[in-house]
Formats: sequence, C-alpha cells, structure tokens
Amino acid sequence: MEKVPIQDQEIISEFLVESYENLSRLDQELVEIEKHPKDAALLASIFRTIHTVKGTCGFLGFSTLEKITHQAETLLSQLRDGQRELNPSLISLILETIDATRKVLASIEATGKEGPDLFEDLTERLRIKAQTPATSADQPGPSGAAPVEDRKSEEEAVKSSAVADANIRVGVGLLDKLMDLVGELVLTRNQILQFNTEREDPALNATSQQLNLITTELQEGVMKTRMQPIAMVWNQLPRVVRDMAVSLGKQIALEMEGADTELDRTVIEAIKDPMVHLVRNSCDHGIEMPDVRARAGKPPQGKLTLRALHEGGQVNIEISDDGAGIDIARVKQKAIDRGILTPERAEKLSDREVLNLIFLPGFSMAKAVTNLSGRGVGMDVVKSHIEKIGGIVDLFSRPGEGTTVKIKIPLTLAIIPGLVITSGGERFVVPQASLLELVRLEGDSSEKRIEHVNGTPVYRRRGSLLPVAYLNQVLGLKCSGAAEAVSMVVLQAEDRQFGLVVDGINDTQEIVVKPLGKQLKGLSVYAGATIMGDGRVSLILDVLGIGQRSGVLAESRHETARAATDHKTLEGIEQQRLLLLRAGSFERLAVPLSLVARLEEFPQSAIEHAGGGQVVQYRNRILPLVSLRAVLEPGAPEQETAPDPVQVVVLNDGDRSVGMIVDQILDIAEDTVTGRQKSSRKGLLGSGVVGKRVTDFLDLNQVIQATENWVQGTGGIGNDKRILVADDSAFSRGLIRAGLDMAGYQVVEAGNFDEAIRQLEKQPLNAVVAGLDLPPNGTAALLSAMHRRSEWKDIPVLALADSTEQMQAPDARRAGFQDCQAKFDRVAMLESLDRLASALASPAIEPVPVGEKR
Amino acid sequence: MAAATTTLKSQANQAGRQFCTFFVADLFFGVDVLHVQEVLRFQQITRVPQAPEVVEGLINLRGQIVTAIDMRRRLQLPPRDGDQTPMNIVVRTEDGAGSLLVDEIGDVLDVDAASWEPSPENLDSNARGLIRGVYKLKGRLLLVLDTERALDLTGGKGAE
Repeated sequence: MEKVPIQDQEIISEFLVESYENLSRLDQELVEIEKHPKDAALLASIFRTIHTVKGTCGFLGFSTLEKITHQAETLLSQLRDGQRELNPSLISLILETIDATRKVLASIEATGKEGPDLFEDLTERLRIKAQTPATSADQPGPSGAAPVEDRKSEEEAVKSSAVADANIRVGVGLLDKLMDLVGELVLTRNQILQFNTEREDPALNATSQQLNLITTELQEGVMKTRMQPIAMVWNQLPRVVRDMAVSLGKQIALEMEGADTELDRTVIEAIKDPMVHLVRNSCDHGIEMPDVRARAGKPPQGKLTLRALHEGGQVNIEISDDGAGIDIARVKQKAIDRGILTPERAEKLSDREVLNLIFLPGFSMAKAVTNLSGRGVGMDVVKSHIEKIGGIVDLFSRPGEGTTVKIKIPLTLAIIPGLVITSGGERFVVPQASLLELVRLEGDSSEKRIEHVNGTPVYRRRGSLLPVAYLNQVLGLKCSGAAEAVSMVVLQAEDRQFGLVVDGINDTQEIVVKPLGKQLKGLSVYAGATIMGDGRVSLILDVLGIGQRSGVLAESRHETARAATDHKTLEGIEQQRLLLLRAGSFERLAVPLSLVARLEEFPQSAIEHAGGGQVVQYRNRILPLVSLRAVLEPGAPEQETAPDPVQVVVLNDGDRSVGMIVDQILDIAEDTVTGRQKSSRKGLLGSGVVGKRVTDFLDLNQVIQATENWVQGTGGIGNDKRILVADDSAFSRGLIRAGLDMAGYQVVEAGNFDEAIRQLEKQPLNAVVAGLDLPPNGTAALLSAMHRRSEWKDIPVLALADSTEQMQAPDARRAGFQDCQAKFDRVAMLESLDRLASALASPAIEPVPVGEKR
Repeated sequence: MAAATTTLKSQANQAGRQFCTFFVADLFFGVDVLHVQEVLRFQQITRVPQAPEVVEGLINLRGQIVTAIDMRRRLQLPPRDGDQTPMNIVVRTEDGAGSLLVDEIGDVLDVDAASWEPSPENLDSNARGLIRGVYKLKGRLLLVLDTERALDLTGGKGAE
C-alpha cells in the first residue's frame, strides 16, 4: 500500500477526529450487540467501523494500529460470517482492542507517533482467539484477504458520503470566539438602541432597527451552532455501565430517556465528567449484587435510568437507580468519624442535610476503596463542576428503593431571561425561571397586607400564607424609606414559594450570565453576574440562596416522611396540614387545617358583647368568639394591652361558625407528626413534634364547649343525635370528635371493642363512626356483635379508613359497613353521617356500597 | 509612567525580572509584569452586598466580569482620602482575572535578582502573608505582592 507522507498534520488530525468518533460509536454498538447478538446489521456496522479505522491506519502508515485492528477485524469477520458465536469474553476482547486503539491515538495526538507500546500481548490473544475454533484457523489468508476488497468499496462509500453530507467541521475555539463576539455585539446593539431613543433621527432609527433584527438572528444562529444533543455525553455511558457491571459482578440495565435533548456545547462539555462519575457511583454504591437484590425482593437486574428534559429554560437531568439508597445513619457516622460533625450536631440535622454531606470534599461512602470509586474525590467535584455552569445538584434517596440525583442546568451558559429589580439603589436580576408572579400592594392597606407572625412577615396570597423576605434586609442594604406601594416578586425555589419585597420592578431582559470570581463563590445569594445594556455589571440573585439566608425557607420543612412509625392507625394524622398558632403561654399550638375556614382579624372596636359572650359581626352574621387564652389558662390574668386588631381563626361548619381568638398565627405546616404524647390538660389533645418543635394539639371540642351554652342559646343549631366514635387512637378520636362536635352531634368515645359495647349498652346511639382496626379483633368484630343484638343491628356504622388505599381494601368492603370514608375527610364524613343518621328513622336502610362516593 | 527608562535599560540584560509597581498608602509594591493583564483607570463599579469587606465590587472588563479587591482594606490600612480615585491593576491568576485597587501606579522596573530578600520578620503581620519578599532598590524597598494570595480570601485574612 502506498504510504502518504505523514507530515501532513491536517490529515492526521482529521484522522484522529474521525477515529475517535468511530470508536465511540463502536463502544455503543458493541454494548448493544451484547444484548442482541443475532443482529446482523449491527454486526456489519461494527465490522465496517473497525474496518474503516484499520484502512485509514494502513493508509497513514500506523503499523501498530493496523495490526491490532486487523486482528479484531478478522474476529469480527468470522462473527459476521457465522463461523463463531458471540460471547461476552469475545466482546471484552474487542472492547479491549478499542481501548488500545484509543491509547495509540492519544499518543499520535500528543507526539505524532504511535508510542512504544506495541500491544503485542493483545494482538497475540486476538490472533489465538481468531484461530482456535475457526475451521480455517491456519489459513489467515482468506480472512485477511476478503476485507482488502471490501476496503476499496468502503473507502468509496466514505468519500461519497462526505460529499453528500453538507456538514463541515469547525473548530470549537472558533465557535467560542464567535459566541463571545456575538455577546459583545448584543451589548453594543443595546447601547446603540439607547442612543437611538435619545436622538430623533429617522435614518438612525431605521438602521438601528435593522441592526437589532440582524443581531438577534445572528445571536440565535450562533447559539444553535453550539447546540448538541445530550446523547454526545450519554453515548459513552452504556460502555461505562457494562464495564462496571462486569467487573463488579452485577447486572445493570441502562435506560435513557430524552437523549435528543439539546444543550449548549459548553454545558455538554461541563457535564461530561460529572455524568460519568454519577453513573459509576450508581453502579458501584447504588445497585446491589444480584443475590442481595433477590433477597430484598427486587429483580436481580438493577435498573439505572437517565432522563433529560427541557423545563423552563433549563435542562433537568436525572440519574436514578433502584438500588439500596443511601444509608443516612452511615453517612452521619462517617461524618462524625471524620470529624466533620459532632454527634450532637449530627442529631439535629435533617435527612436532607445529612445527604448533602456527601457533597463535602474528601467524603467517601465506599466501604472499601476500589479502583472504581471510593477515593473521596467525587461528589464534591461533581457539585463544583455543575455549580460552575450555574447548575444545581440535588440528591434524593430512599432506603431500599434507590437514589436519584437531579441536576438542573441552564440550557445554555450564555443567555437567560431575567427580571431587573432595584433594591437599596442597586440593580439586581431575578432569573425568570424562578419567578411566579409580581404583586403590588398599593395605598393605605399596603403595609397591612404584609402581616407579622412572630416577627416574621407573611402575606396572604389567595388564602394561604406566603412567607415574605425583604431584599434590603437580606442583603443588608439601606432602606429606601416608606414607599406608597410595596412591590413584591413571588419566587419559587425548588418546591417552595416565598415573596421578596423589592424597591422597584423594572423590566425583563435577556441577560448573559457570567460566573462570579472565586472571591464571591461563597455567597449563596448570587447566582452570577451580568452586564447590562449600559455596560454596568448587575448581580443575578440566587433564589434558593436568598430564601435560605432570609430564613423563609427553613430546612425543617423538608422533614417529611422521616417518621416511619409502625403505628398504623395514626398515619392519617401524620400527614396532616396543620395551622400553627400561639396563645397565652402556649408557644406552639396546632389545629388541623381541615377544620379551619378562614383566618381573620377584627379591630377591638368591632367586638361586641351578646348573650354572655363576645361576638363580632361577620359577613352579615353574628360570629361568636372564644378566647383561646381563656380556655387554656382560665385563671390567668387578661393581657394588659389587648392586641388590636385581634387575630381570629374562624372554624366553620355548614351554618355554624365560631371564631377562636389567638395571639398569633404562626405558620401552616404540612408535616409529619412524631413523638406524640397524650395530655391531660384541659383544651389539649396532646403534644407532638411538628417541624422539629414540640407542638400542642388543640382539643377543639373543649374550646368550642366554652361557647356552647350561649351559642346554642343564641340559635346555634343543636343536634341531638348521638354518635359513638370508636377508634384505638385517642388522637384520631379527638380529631374526629372535633369535627362531629362542630356539626352539633353528641359524641361518646370508645377506644376498643369492650368500651364500644359498654357505650352501646349505656345509651341509645344514632350512629357509630369507627376506624378499621378497633382492638383487639378489628372493627368487623364490633359489627358482628352489633348485628347479633336486635336493638343495635340497625345502627349504621361508618367506617373511617386511614387512607384511600385502605378504603379500597377488601376488608373494608366485606365487613358490611354502611359507608366508608377516609379519616380526616371531614366534609365527606359529615355528609355520610347526616345521611346515615337521618335514615335511621326509616327501618330499612339500603346498604350503601363502599366507596360509592368516590 | 515616565522616568524609569534608565533603570529599565541598565538592568534589562540582567537575570532580573520586570515588575509593575504601585503604591498603596506609603507602601511600594511590585507585581511581576507577566501576571499583569492590564492597568485601568477607575472603572464604574457594582457593589456586592454581603461580600467580604475587601471586595470593592465588580467591574466590566470588555465583557468579562472581574472582582475588584481594595488593597487598602486587604492590607488593613486606613481608607483612601475621599477625593482620591483608585487605579485598577488587573492581574491574571489561575482562577481567572482579578483587579487590585491601588492608590497610584508606578513605573515598570527591572530588578536585580541579587537584591532580593525574604520579607522582614518584623513586617506588619497583615501584610506579611501577602508579600513574597523584598527587593532592595536604591533608596526604597519594593515589596513583591503575592497576587494569588491577595485575591484569595479563603484564608480568613480580610474575609468575613
């Protein structure tokens, strides 16, 4: 074969680029063919690729490469011709060949030579392999000769495709430079546009409009040249996963969704290493050995899913495995061992905070250091890489179910839409992606609309409390003085929202995001900086950072699902939404939000006295008021200075409303309740831990009794129907009772089967409301006991399920309840009871099919 | 930048290095010219609330955003007079460019390597961490500023 002088650097570099591309395609194809060994087309494609590499090597005189690829080609041709079966060891061998080829290529790239390593061992193994079982083993001629013919046609094919293809290769450096220049052009254009508005010159106006259009198009065009599908990064991952799986003895299936999601080149570059690292982590630490998985009741093959999608100007990438998850306790222990945390501090950390420890430098969770991972240079590097490009990494893990790493990165590093705001005389930019709405509070009411709860400002936004922060305060800027209107931007950080009060809201702009220098890296409140149309620098706010710094986004809110309690009947309470409030010496009281109609405030002057109690005119009706302070601490002296206006929680049920005067409304918590304890104190059901703090649960029954006498006297709708609430949890009983009391039912309680029978014997009852697991033998036992007694068998029984799932369960259906509702769905419960209890008058009650109302 | 041409010529062929010199209060500093990207008049600056005190703000250097460090505060010296506008010396470091705000720019000087000495022990402790050594020039001492350290606020000095 004719040798071409290899001084021609351009040919060499083209060869390198092409070969690298071919090799990465090979990686993919080989992993693919392992799954479908019979795919002839795929095999042919692999053969062709290797052949192209080999052909070019020979053409350029790279003899080592030619030798290696030649042997691999021989093997592949045998495969293609069906002389040989595909097996993993064969594939490993071919993959090894590809790695060797890469090494040689790297050497060529660096030095222009093939390097000293001749890979004789590999070549030999390939040769032996090619010869052993094949029939024409000692005749390398045919297998070598056949491709020679192929080669010609192959080369032709390559040429023709190159001509047909309208693509050209452009150096990345050039594209980057273009991008920078376009950025500059955009700024210059902005300045010209500003000039233009100052001078009224029609010619200039026309020209600058034209300039505007062209610049915008140019900008878009240049941006597009740099977009690449994320598959560019993902293509190498099947190989990584396969190698990991083989060397670890695991079975791992890799799934990819959204591989065609396009990203800016720079972003693609930046996420390459983190992606590989995270995938390796999942394979190594996440997915368990097949036997372990089998024991845990999972399929032996682990699943690793990569997902990419565009969302709100960002790209979300998820890497999730169905492995063992992260052992929170072990992370804590590791952190303590390493002196990162004191044991006391560790106790106080939320699970989420603990998970974040993994991102600390030098932190490794591997039990043993392997050559694959565990050297403690990992997640911190991942995080810093992602953050460098303005992205966020988040880790979610459920023990036994797997780990998900979520990466949010900007679509492009270059340009994002942002809202320009001012505060303390400075301009800032809020990324549009985090912006929900703008609120302007005007006139006298403006200050009133932002209320203070325990010193924390909140805003009532369409009925729910929105925590509010003042940008001036967060950043320590001077206050602009009292404005006639309050401007607030409502922001979304992760899954939470808050309002940020600013001095002024300007306009939205496309901004070019630039990173901050390392001196400012520690400032979580900024996401970067940008250059505005006038050439000045403005800071871009980091919404999450602002939220955390101002305290409106406390870590504690993340604390859900921590309480894995075996106390099944209490599950309903644990996931409740609670209104937290303060009254008297009780700093933290909770009321289920489902019982609260509205939060109101009334001026002292509006409170009147009627029927022996306090009332207020409210929506053309008389709302009786009860002071929570007085109920909880009957003997305590009145507040010296009564607050004005008074904060009132309106408890509403149908036609009846009661206002509960509290000192302060603190918050709404959607949280798990742990560490419950019963209380004997009047007005309280018990205490529990909500959001890390001990909280007392109000017994609304007793609170309302305080108004009872005179409320009924003033025409409250009494209800003489008597209901038995049977449930093993005093907590649940209390809450159900609160709902029933509100509706005017007389309520008696029972905690178990015997108590229930005793209550039934004691008085005539109109209905029974029961949980599904009344001890000792379940509620069905009570039901059959009731059926045996003629005077009881017509009492309707409403079953309350802890969850919708339980409602559908066969137990609930079989037992023959008249109806079944979800516990704590107060409205449905009352409707059902109303129906059941009034139907009692007529002897024949049609059994209502369970769950019919759903 | 006028007079030092003689010094420049006379020492150009020696094994010394060239230093861009500047003043901060009464201290005479030098930075290796190879580390200096450019010298600018005072630029419009954007303050960064909550930033460490030594960070004066951000400047726009032809599309690149550069953090400006006030050398007076970095060295814990009293502030400049109100009417004195500082100069920017933009230096290159491994982590990108940074700007040092100084009182006045001096000449570019060639210095003789033989005149170098480590920084004196009794040097003010604030300054010592940032000074690599001292060249004994005629009539005055040239303090060699460690630009990497001057721009690195993580060491606690000057950082909040």
